[in-house]
Amino acid sequence: MTNKTDAQQALTLGDRVQADRVHTSLYTDPAIFEQEMDKVFSSTWVWVAHASEIPEAGSYKNTYIGVQPVIVVRDRKQKVHVLLNRCRHRAATVCEGKKGKTNSFVCPYHGWSYSLDGALRGVPHPESYADQLEKGELGLVSLRVEEYAGMIFATMKNDIEPLVDYLGPAKKWMDLFMKQGAGYPIKVAGEHRFRFPGNWKIQLENTTDAYHFPLVHKSFLSSVDKQTEEMLDFVGGSGYVEDLGNGHSVMVMIPQLIDLEENLDAPIPARFAELAEQLRAEGHADQEVRRIVRAVGGSGFNLNIFPNVACSMAFFRVLQPISVNETEIHHAVITMDGGPQVANQARLRLHEHFQGPMGFGTPDDSEAWERVQKGASAGKDLWIMLNRGLAGEKPTPDGRASDVSAETGMRAAYQQWKKLMTA
Amino acid sequence: MNTELITQVAAFIWQEADMLDHGEYAQWLESWTPDGLYIVPIDPAQTDFANTLNYAYDNAEMREKRVARLGSGESISTSPVPRTVRDVSRFRVLSNDGTHVTVRCAQNLREFRKDVLKHYTADVSFELVRSGGSFLIRRKVVRLINSTDTLQGIGYIL
Repeated sequence: MTNKTDAQQALTLGDRVQADRVHTSLYTDPAIFEQEMDKVFSSTWVWVAHASEIPEAGSYKNTYIGVQPVIVVRDRKQKVHVLLNRCRHRAATVCEGKKGKTNSFVCPYHGWSYSLDGALRGVPHPESYADQLEKGELGLVSLRVEEYAGMIFATMKNDIEPLVDYLGPAKKWMDLFMKQGAGYPIKVAGEHRFRFPGNWKIQLENTTDAYHFPLVHKSFLSSVDKQTEEMLDFVGGSGYVEDLGNGHSVMVMIPQLIDLEENLDAPIPARFAELAEQLRAEGHADQEVRRIVRAVGGSGFNLNIFPNVACSMAFFRVLQPISVNETEIHHAVITMDGGPQVANQARLRLHEHFQGPMGFGTPDDSEAWERVQKGASAGKDLWIMLNRGLAGEKPTPDGRASDVSAETGMRAAYQQWKKLMTA
Repeated sequence: MNTELITQVAAFIWQEADMLDHGEYAQWLESWTPDGLYIVPIDPAQTDFANTLNYAYDNAEMREKRVARLGSGESISTSPVPRTVRDVSRFRVLSNDGTHVTVRCAQNLREFRKDVLKHYTADVSFELVRSGGSFLIRRKVVRLINSTDTLQGIGYIL
């Protein structure tokens, strides 16, 4: 009788996600990554843009669904299209650059041209095709697109449920998150982009990981005022993590900042006293000042929307898988479109303070994740433990919840992963 | 061409580069005017830094905090501390009114930390203010040539 290891037992994909742990191979196996691109990223709703990133007719943004390049574009009738960035002739990309504005997409290789909705408009020297080119069949491949609360999602799976059904209880949190416009429309005003040498799910987990905050972000906490440090001392506090279904989850760190339009009479935090003074000097009424200042500080929660986007306190966190051990992250800053300049400047400075390659937070996260990937190459039969807060997990109207530093959100994401990967 | 002025500003900027490569941050913090700004923009063509997102937009308070963080031992991304060596050259004086001197130069920086050697090339602009026999920095803008690309953590001062 031999005592077989897990690996020798050739675990199925389903076996690799247990109720309280996941197998290390989910971070390290290139074959699993290949399957994820198909069974996860090509089989569900994937976030591609915020509406403010493509504000006008002809505005476009280049991004990826999994590892496939796509163009997100607004046509002349304001309809948003998500098109595979691949000429139907011989596959060259028809659009480059992160963002821009155009009237059409023209392939640089042989000049096939497409309209903003992806339809093939013309090909140079068509006579060689002897009128047999099926132009109607050769438009850029157009994906199904739906939008909620300004967040645009696309899917490669045409028969999937409507976006609003997929989001479910997450919609309520998206609505709450958008209140940080303080009555102005939310505008994405740039982003920090960085990569780390690790699997994409390590970042996915981190958005609902309160447990790491006081340790990994000690240097950030040392750089803020006492009041803010106390506000961010949420591990052990009354916050919670809730599984919202379909892999989505919310981590409420600061319960009093769930709804930014409530508690407007609460004292203005010391760090915003100067901003409040400036807003008053500009003629904003007291309630308006309070509303704007509260919005500038951001929401008290992180909403993880499976698989690739989060509404994280005051910014959008977007993850893009590159390979099994490389991931790109975008931290998009949010401003108030048409809002007071001093308030938007405050938001930009707060974002720079924590985020990005020179921020006081992001590089330390990135270092920790890199260490996870490195460590995961040891003990290939071992498991990633996700059982924190399991004992205290209780049903809620929207799903299940446990304490603020519970790994409930990670368990939720991996159960959705399992559902898609074993479908 | 005013080679005397070029020599003066080069000597000052080389001194600043040497301070940063050797971690002499206390002295570096004293090299600034009180309203000085240290800026690392994302968009190399940007000029309205206050109203756009940058990698760094440090006033005196943020510079002090950045220095404190680098030396605190509290940050896993800067422990071990990255080692850097930078060359600054190609100085060109863009304006000089006797008090303020604006100078543009090229910076090539090598960073080594743990097992990775990285290279950052940047166009750097300084606005210097004459002070005593030397200068103070009123503005330093570091435009990395790959600023629009994805970057990894930069745990030191460019």
